[in-house]
Amino acid sequence: MLHIINKSPLGNNSLDACLRVAASGDILLIEDAVYAATKGNAMEGKVREAMSRLKIHILLPDLEARGLADRIIEGVAKVDYGGFVDLVAANKNCQSWL
Amino acid sequence: MASIEVSGKSYETDEEGYLINLADWNTDVANFIAQQESLNMTDNHWEVVNFLREYYEEYQIAPAVRVLTKAIGKKFGPDKGNSQYLYELFPYGPGKQACKIAGLPKPTGCI
Amino acid sequence: MNEVKKFLFVNRKAPYGTIYALESLEVVLITAAFDQDVSLAFLDDGVYQLKKGQQTKGIETKNFSPTYRALDGYDVEKLYVEKESLDARGLTEEDLLVDVTVLGSREMGALMDEQDVVLSF
Repeated sequence: MLHIINKSPLGNNSLDACLRVAASGDILLIEDAVYAATKGNAMEGKVREAMSRLKIHILLPDLEARGLADRIIEGVAKVDYGGFVDLVAANKNCQSWL
Repeated sequence: MASIEVSGKSYETDEEGYLINLADWNTDVANFIAQQESLNMTDNHWEVVNFLREYYEEYQIAPAVRVLTKAIGKKFGPDKGNSQYLYELFPYGPGKQACKIAGLPKPTGCI
Repeated sequence: MNEVKKFLFVNRKAPYGTIYALESLEVVLITAAFDQDVSLAFLDDGVYQLKKGQQTKGIETKNFSPTYRALDGYDVEKLYVEKESLDARGLTEEDLLVDVTVLGSREMGALMDEQDVVLSF
């Protein structure tokens, strides 16, 4: 399934909760959640660890808007809005971690 | 805001005639609303109305008709726990009409 | 509607502070009328929704916690609570006002995976 997160991992536990629960599937980080996919943030270790069992994607326009496109963790997949739609369509179901 | 006048006292209702304040309810108000609905309140009517008030007291919602029917059946037996019986008592729907007389909001989960 | 689908309502917010918990409960009650396979999951602060002994008089807000006990009558019988969320809040099953099934995190994840529709609150 697809998990969508839109909150910064440093101000909200949504990413933490998602990583705790999800054993496999896709995670898409959008809006403020894109900070989780940047090098040097406090969640980097957890994100890297999760990448062995989950495919992590970020919505690139949201990362670019925040001035951090050059700091993306290697192995995180960049998607545009079309890629967002493809992810939703490719998955059976979807959970938005509000 | 609409209102009804019972025994010289005014009670707030919504546009459809449901009481705004649960605490406003009393048997005079119930009888008045029933009269407006052209219903003559019998013991069987009161049984349902009182049941609805107890249900609301316990769960804080007015039950959907399906749920009410089942619960009435559980408490008063299958002769009463069926829609034919309840619709005979409340032709415009036991949920809508009985809840209005019981001073409750419209049922949640009613379609 | 001839095909029964599996619906999961995921509740992750505490009651009263935001409207999510109440909105979720109302949608659940409405969904129950459509004869679908409905489950509820409570994790993170969502477990606080089921805490016994809520008294809302002082905040002049409706106490909707008794309504969770009405779900059984609506044939909504599958309530799941994540153990890690209870633990993190010093709560146990005995603190909850309805019977629930307690699941570990990954069991909760597996439950989500098998749904046709997941609705988040």
